[in-house]
Amino acid sequence: MLLFTIRRLGVMLLTALALTFVVFYMTNLPPNLEKLAKSEASVRMSDEDVALWLDRNGFSSSVLTRYGEWLGVMPGWTRTAEDGTVTGRCITKGVAPTDAPARCGVLQGNWGYSTVFKQPVIEILSRGLGHTGWLMLSVMLVMVPSALIIGVLSGMKEGSRLDRVLSAFSIASTATPEYVSGVILVALLASATAGISPFLVESGLISGKTLFQGTATSAMDDITFWNFTLPVMTIALYGIGYIARMTRASMTEVMTQQYIRTARLKGASFPTIVLRHALRNALIAPFTVIMLQFPWLLNGVVIVETLFNYKGFGWTLVQAAGNNDIQLLLACSVVAVLVVLITQLISDIGYVLLNPRIRLA
Amino acid sequence: MSAPARPWTPDQPLLEIENLSISFFTRLREIPAVMDFSCTVMAGEAMGLVGESGCGKSTVALAVMGDLGRNGRVTGGAIRFKGRDLTKMSQSELRALRGSEIAMIYQEPMASLNPAMKIGAQLAEVPMLHQNMPKAEAWALARQIVADVRLPDPDRMLNSFPHQLSGGQQQRVVIAMALMAKPALLILDEPTTALDVTVEAGIVDLVNDLAAKTGTSMLFISHNLGLVHDVCNRLCVMYSGEAVETGDVSEVFTTMRHPYTQALFRSIPLPGADKTTRPLIPIRGNFPLPHERPKGCNFGPRCNYFVEGRCNATDIGMDTIPGNSRHESRCLRWEEIDWQAPPQGAGPRVRRPIGDVVLRMEDLKKYYTVSSGAFGGGLKKVVKANETLSFEAREGETLAIVGESGCGKSTLAKVLMGLETATSGNILLFDENVQDTPIQQRNSDTVSHLQMVFQNPFDTLNPSMNVGRQIIRALEIFRFGSSDAERHAKMLELLDLVKLPRAFAERMPRQLSGGQKQRVGIARAFAGGAKVVIADEPVSALDVSVQAAVTDLLMDLQRENGTTLLFISHDLSIVRYLSDRVLVMYLGHVVEMGTTEQVFSPPYHPYTEALLSAVPIADPKVIKKRIVLEGDIPSAMNPPPGCPFQTRCRWKSKVAGGLCESEMPPVRNLADGHQIKCHLSDEDLAHMEPVIQIAAE
Repeated sequence: MLLFTIRRLGVMLLTALALTFVVFYMTNLPPNLEKLAKSEASVRMSDEDVALWLDRNGFSSSVLTRYGEWLGVMPGWTRTAEDGTVTGRCITKGVAPTDAPARCGVLQGNWGYSTVFKQPVIEILSRGLGHTGWLMLSVMLVMVPSALIIGVLSGMKEGSRLDRVLSAFSIASTATPEYVSGVILVALLASATAGISPFLVESGLISGKTLFQGTATSAMDDITFWNFTLPVMTIALYGIGYIARMTRASMTEVMTQQYIRTARLKGASFPTIVLRHALRNALIAPFTVIMLQFPWLLNGVVIVETLFNYKGFGWTLVQAAGNNDIQLLLACSVVAVLVVLITQLISDIGYVLLNPRIRLA
Repeated sequence: MSAPARPWTPDQPLLEIENLSISFFTRLREIPAVMDFSCTVMAGEAMGLVGESGCGKSTVALAVMGDLGRNGRVTGGAIRFKGRDLTKMSQSELRALRGSEIAMIYQEPMASLNPAMKIGAQLAEVPMLHQNMPKAEAWALARQIVADVRLPDPDRMLNSFPHQLSGGQQQRVVIAMALMAKPALLILDEPTTALDVTVEAGIVDLVNDLAAKTGTSMLFISHNLGLVHDVCNRLCVMYSGEAVETGDVSEVFTTMRHPYTQALFRSIPLPGADKTTRPLIPIRGNFPLPHERPKGCNFGPRCNYFVEGRCNATDIGMDTIPGNSRHESRCLRWEEIDWQAPPQGAGPRVRRPIGDVVLRMEDLKKYYTVSSGAFGGGLKKVVKANETLSFEAREGETLAIVGESGCGKSTLAKVLMGLETATSGNILLFDENVQDTPIQQRNSDTVSHLQMVFQNPFDTLNPSMNVGRQIIRALEIFRFGSSDAERHAKMLELLDLVKLPRAFAERMPRQLSGGQKQRVGIARAFAGGAKVVIADEPVSALDVSVQAAVTDLLMDLQRENGTTLLFISHDLSIVRYLSDRVLVMYLGHVVEMGTTEQVFSPPYHPYTEALLSAVPIADPKVIKKRIVLEGDIPSAMNPPPGCPFQTRCRWKSKVAGGLCESEMPPVRNLADGHQIKCHLSDEDLAHMEPVIQIAAE
């Protein structure tokens, strides 16, 4: 098991390297750099000026060298101007060039400087991830249990009325993208003029103007039921349908197995059969799906955070992409890559633990 | 008919099924699965339910358990267990009976055990459910029962998962589970069909011992008449949803009074049957589909004693046959039929002389390297699937290759066909070396001359291509004929050859029965004028009455074409019936080889002796020595040192100096063409007694 984990970690590291290089290459394509130069220095620069600016700021070396510098395995570039001042990747203002470290990349904890927010990338990113972390956690807490319950309930008696109702719900919810369900939810529950809020206010059931708040900006400081429900529900709804469908398929298959008949003919009651005999076997397949949902959540997060103006990771990513903020975009990609790889690792290990038929040498 | 007036006493029937009818309801129609079925099981009795697939025997069992599924329903009659009608019970009353009073043992042990639960937990669940037994006590009981069913190392067993056990061990666990609550009635649904013969013999032994010890009644469902003879004392023969004959096993086996029972016995190879002098008589026609049953007697259209206007006039009831053994038959004419008359149309056939050697194997070896560990890496191990095989097969000869699963017989077939190439050694096919030529590189002549008939006719036909097209496709591959018309004509001839109507060319495989599909498989194999045909368990997936017909066809084709048949099988009855020479394999080694006569009579190799003893024979006149092998077949990945059979051999003590454990026995020639691999002295071999003897009448 340990050996397996170590081997998987090794493979993960290689994958991470390859993926970040791809992202690095894409974000550092010449047109991007030209745009960067124009936005940083002057929009009306001539082509020669752009080339000069890029050269002065260390963008003239090869992609591989720059990737190495960014990663922190190659010494950062230095450059001595005609007047003798030394500039370089690792030389910050107010530090003597001789005192500056030779390497300063991701490995040294230096994620670069955001051109949009005029702040170090690491600060923006950790703040954004903190916000998103709370969002993701709430989504998972809502989504996974309800999806599994819906899936198991509809799968245990295939074709029953309960199954049809729950299946219809899960198909509808998974067929509605976040940007549609988000808008519908806001209109229905968070509008002072439309939806159900006016009625509730009239009948005196709620004290505020709306049932839920249509923006989650205040949730960045203080998460409440009122301001956080809608973004969480918007993301969770999509996932609930998807995971519930997977669980249902797996559950219906398990319920037709012969060992379920064995349990029935042992005299076990229906709840015992479902809970003790079917559940563990039925959860093996959806577990992988649930783990795959984590990276998917990032997707939903981008839309929902923008929609509800919640300044988390997704919102940051949109800002970085929209404003050609290369360093921030790179950092966001690294985070995404890591999320995918780590959830895959957890998924593989969890699968082995759930399924006794797979044992690792 | 609700609650019994007085409590049940052991002198009343334990299980009484009365005029039971069961139907399955589909969107199209109601399909009657069981009609007017009655049978009685007394306490301590073992009742055998015999019949071909689709006759409704499993449906009866499930009805007793009250588990007919969503679309099955009891439409008439009663099932009384200890005087209480099961068909009128509520779900919770049924639940209290299931597992505690009535327990069931299933056909496929692997599928019947929960893969994600430990054996101990699955066993302990039964008393915890029914007797509210505390967990620790239930586990202690489980440990005791596991020891009772003779499983080795009970503590380790309880903490294992089902996939860690062998098939025989899994079935013992299922039996243990059924015994946990000491039920009054045990239902066994083909409990040994998925197991090897020597393992089956062990299970049958166990079931008999347990029944004798605990006095449990049994409802034993099987298609194997021999097994029923070994286990049961009462018997009920079913045909197409009806019981056709019921009575004591010994009486029904010797003086059957229903034409179907008689036909069934004539179609199975019993000792004494022989392909040239006393061939098997297949039952003509096909099993009727449930919604296409004829009027009157269901067996009428296939019966030799059928009388128009009488047998198909009205429904026929069970008729008691005088005597005091509760013998009944569902036949109008049982008193008129001369039951002693010899079968018609089964005259001796011409034996074709055996010709030159067409296939020769010399020291053939096939090793596989496998790696352990789920994700690659790990240790490399060598599996010796075939060890130094040498034999030859002649034109027009039937050479049977016998052995249990994992003995390497299918690997041998693969190497011969060229699906795998040999590790070393020579294969000479018509004096041509083919051991290193994979099938893709063999020329179409070699391919068409060496063909195969597969075990499972259901999976070997392309489901989306009609029968004619599949045969023409084979002809194209064999480069037969120059035009489509020519090939089409040949295809029709081939259908005639395998005795299928020409109209079948347009049919899809799903419209065919199992026996008909196997005929198509045979037609395909013989399409290119095959000289050597490897038949890999060609009839083991088929019903007994169909088996005889398919075997018959293979024999006819062989006689006409002088084909060499390599008949791979685990069924020694059929091997004895049709083969000229036999080759017995164990763990990749040929342990015995000789003519059928030589192999089936002493001196035997100890493994052959055990195999012969393990085969159930449906003939009360046969006296059989009971030799039950201990343990399981060792894994080919980790074979024992010395003789491969030494771990289970009962003769081992006769060989001095632990020779069996240290040295692989050499090949010895006992008589002309009879060779065995064994350390036993000539004297010991000479003292061996025959396993099967037919008692004088």
